[in-house]
Amino acid sequence: METVNLICIGCPMGCPMTVTLENGVVTSVVGNTCKRGDIYARKEVTAPTRIVTSTVRIANSRVGAVTVPCKTKTDVPKGKIFAVMQALTGVTVPAPVKIGDVLVPNVAGTGVDVIATKDVE
Amino acid sequence: MYDVIIIGAGVTGCAAARWLSRYDAHVCVLEKEEDVCCGTSKANSAIVHAGFDAENGSLMAKLNVRGSEMMEALSKELDFSYNRCGSLVVCLSEEDRPKLQALYENGLQNGVKGLEIIDRKRLVELEPNVSDDAVAALWAPTGAICCPFEMTLAFAENAAQNGVEFCFDTEVQSLCRTGEGWVVRTNNGAFRSRAIVNAAGVYADVFHNAVCEKPIHITPRRGDYCLLDHSAEGFVRHTVFQLPGKFGKGVLVSPTVHGNVIVGPTAIDITDREGTNTTAAGLNEVVQKAGLSMKNLPMRQTITSFAGLRAHEDGHEFLIGESAQDFFDCAGIESPGLSSAPAIGELVAGMLRKKYGFAEKRDFVATRKGILDPKTLSTEAWNALIQREPAYGQIICRCESVTEGEILDAIRRPLGAKSLDGVKRRTRAGMGRCQAGFCSPRVMEILSRERNVPLSSITKNGAGSELIVGVTKDKYAEVRDEA
Amino acid sequence: MKHDLIILGGGPAGLAAAIAAYDAGLRDILIVERDRELGGILNQCIHNGFGLHTFKEELTGPEYAARFIAGVKERNIPYVLNTMALHVSPDKQVTLMNRTDGVQTVEANAIILAMGCRERARGALNIPGYRPAGIYSAGTAQRLVNIEGFMPGREVVILGSGDIGLIMARRLTLEGAKVKVVAELMPYSGGLKRNIVQCLDDYGIPLKLSHTVVDIRGRKRVEGVTIAAVDAHNKPIPGTEEDYDCDTLLLSCGLIPENELSREMGVSINPITNGPVVNESLETSIPGVFAAGNVLHVHDLVDFVSEEAGAAGRAAAAYVQAGSVDAERHPIPVRFEGGVRYTVPSTIDPAFIGESLVVRYRVGGVMKNRIVSAWMDGEQVTKKRRQIMAPGEMEEVKLTKAMFDAHPDCKEVLIRIEEA
Repeated sequence: METVNLICIGCPMGCPMTVTLENGVVTSVVGNTCKRGDIYARKEVTAPTRIVTSTVRIANSRVGAVTVPCKTKTDVPKGKIFAVMQALTGVTVPAPVKIGDVLVPNVAGTGVDVIATKDVE
Repeated sequence: MYDVIIIGAGVTGCAAARWLSRYDAHVCVLEKEEDVCCGTSKANSAIVHAGFDAENGSLMAKLNVRGSEMMEALSKELDFSYNRCGSLVVCLSEEDRPKLQALYENGLQNGVKGLEIIDRKRLVELEPNVSDDAVAALWAPTGAICCPFEMTLAFAENAAQNGVEFCFDTEVQSLCRTGEGWVVRTNNGAFRSRAIVNAAGVYADVFHNAVCEKPIHITPRRGDYCLLDHSAEGFVRHTVFQLPGKFGKGVLVSPTVHGNVIVGPTAIDITDREGTNTTAAGLNEVVQKAGLSMKNLPMRQTITSFAGLRAHEDGHEFLIGESAQDFFDCAGIESPGLSSAPAIGELVAGMLRKKYGFAEKRDFVATRKGILDPKTLSTEAWNALIQREPAYGQIICRCESVTEGEILDAIRRPLGAKSLDGVKRRTRAGMGRCQAGFCSPRVMEILSRERNVPLSSITKNGAGSELIVGVTKDKYAEVRDEA
Repeated sequence: MKHDLIILGGGPAGLAAAIAAYDAGLRDILIVERDRELGGILNQCIHNGFGLHTFKEELTGPEYAARFIAGVKERNIPYVLNTMALHVSPDKQVTLMNRTDGVQTVEANAIILAMGCRERARGALNIPGYRPAGIYSAGTAQRLVNIEGFMPGREVVILGSGDIGLIMARRLTLEGAKVKVVAELMPYSGGLKRNIVQCLDDYGIPLKLSHTVVDIRGRKRVEGVTIAAVDAHNKPIPGTEEDYDCDTLLLSCGLIPENELSREMGVSINPITNGPVVNESLETSIPGVFAAGNVLHVHDLVDFVSEEAGAAGRAAAAYVQAGSVDAERHPIPVRFEGGVRYTVPSTIDPAFIGESLVVRYRVGGVMKNRIVSAWMDGEQVTKKRRQIMAPGEMEEVKLTKAMFDAHPDCKEVLIRIEEA
């Protein structure tokens, strides 16, 4: 049996919650005030994920931009955040770039693409 | 071989340079910082004292009154901000009245014009926010305010225009007497000169004591200040001093030439000649004491606080003259040093001229134009300027409405700005309420472009104060390269 | 030159206001933007979390801005970039300046103030110490990192737990810096809970509540700061000082609406919000001059900025369409008690609201288990229970036309918080 303490992000209340797991399966969530806390806790202890946002360099921008902002198109495992950053290191894309353009496919083996989040000419 | 080397590019050194530049002499100013006006001259009350305070008969009194008299004409000749707003010394208790009278009489003896002791009624008319405890005041209509950055820069630029050389980032390490003058060793090599002017501010005693028989002692006396936003403009109309009395020395509350309100200073003797850090106790003292002379002071509108060091000589007197052979001191230049600067420059230049027989320079140019502030122009003239130079149509500093044109001028002119602070002192970009939050990245870009150096080498105020340390993800690149 | 509507600011508020005014029938609109692109501060907010309310999806700042920029462009609403409004007169003469057109005065029938806000600087915080390089407001650092691609420092201490500071703690960590600690003067964070968890906890960055910076070391570049605990009066407690070696101090200590132009033109300012006093139409004390977004009061979520600005845009359109004349008004003051710090709007004329009106407010401290109610002439018209309210999160009460219809002689609207 394993217990994990975490704080709910659902609202400003920030309920301190304790999640109990048995062989990786959640057996109980206590401390939450509402249903949202329960849902958040189960996901967060079993498969925490995050969207990673950063920038990559852009070359030959007509408007003089040096970076283009980007994000992982969907959540990636929390443990892969720094691998994603490492994979973005040294990446330079040519202008123009449109929102949604894939800048780095399957970043760090996550199966998730890194896409542009801004139009840059 | 120079005729004169001036140590220090503060207001005193620059004034000496400017008045020496009238003569056919080969003059060089050595400055350890990256720009002029980096020490005491940049962090003070920005006051041109009328001259009632210094003890009658002292050199300080004489030069203060003379400097104050010169200032208005000079501000026009050299184009720096000056405003004769008048000053008040507020007496906060009946028992201190004799001191007010003594100050008045001292001022009369010093030759200060227009001095008057005024009653509370008149005082309130002049300064509606004056404290309810104020019983009377000394009114000095010749008291004034100025911009110490502009003044120092004006002296320096005019000197440079007339042939004086300036070496920055050049710290004097030793002075060595030779048969025909001096060898000045610095981190930038050795310089030779017939004469030396010691205008080293809080370091003046170090150089004096290295070459003179009779030692002097200078104490760095720290003054903490608070500067209030333009929104406080009009709260105080004159420079309001507190009469030293039962509450101690007091602090001043004054408008500035740029529409802020300045409050301070403290007077804290320290040993560190670079100790320009404010302290919580110092800032608290400023707030407490300012409240004695002015009521409901809007301290919440403070946009910055800072500290400066005065070069306090034990005898509280200006030490100006040939203290050793070919070694001319301008030491102990504390308040009213800024007010006295032109008179000090005139005096020391005169001494050197007399000794070395410098001739008048035929092509001396006595005037200098400051950086054009387009806000002072008519709309038509501003538009004509923008048409010629579109940079004057681009605001970079929102708070102080400083255009790119002014910043370019500040960088391109002789002794031009090299750092963020250099631009700030010349143009006020970054001096407003957001304290460079918005404009610093823009000014950094302009500096980088104009000086043709990478952005990473742009500094706040010289080597060691770089503003950025690398590019994003560079640590990952290092890890990858090592792997 | 004269326009029906000039919008000062092309950030989220200005864009939403322009679109709403256009959709309400106005055509002669000009958006004035001082920066080189539309979108305002969203351009540097490259993190996600925007748009959950407006678009029911999680967008980054530039993506959120792009939707509104597209809306402006689809409608061909005119805008000028790199253009500064130097002055605005009470009779709605706007002096504009840029490189190509120089200084020119343009007249407007209506104006929407949408200039946003600025960060509180070190001076306003009166932090003692030296003044070296390496002290940045969080937003300046955000620009340097996200737009310019530079690292402002390697070892960072952050003062203030406002959202930008928290976001920057994560951004700097991801880009390779070490964020050592976040100190917060108040006993609660100024930022959203999710940012505490996802920006600090995720990376093991400690948050020290009731702490502040009491000294800054380093003459040229920051070499370290001293942090101390504060007492109930926010005064540092001697003996609690801790030194942190760092090369950077980021400040995230609050935002101040940028109302210099508003003040100059004579708009009344609310001393609590530092924004204009407005009525139900988000109209300031000068008829035909409206305000929305962070210039009005600082928001935590851009979605509410867009919503508010849309209302201002529609109100401005109605004002112009009614002939740009001062309407006869019967404002009812909004009073509040029980811990509400302010409300927007401060007066309501029921004749000018649609079916409903959202009154936004903030509380002065963390409150648990409260009832928030609205009263008209001593009669309770709505109430809701709130488990928790915090100063960092904006609250709202919805009033309806029906409530006002039921109280035709209403002299005062009261918003009250009480313990449940």
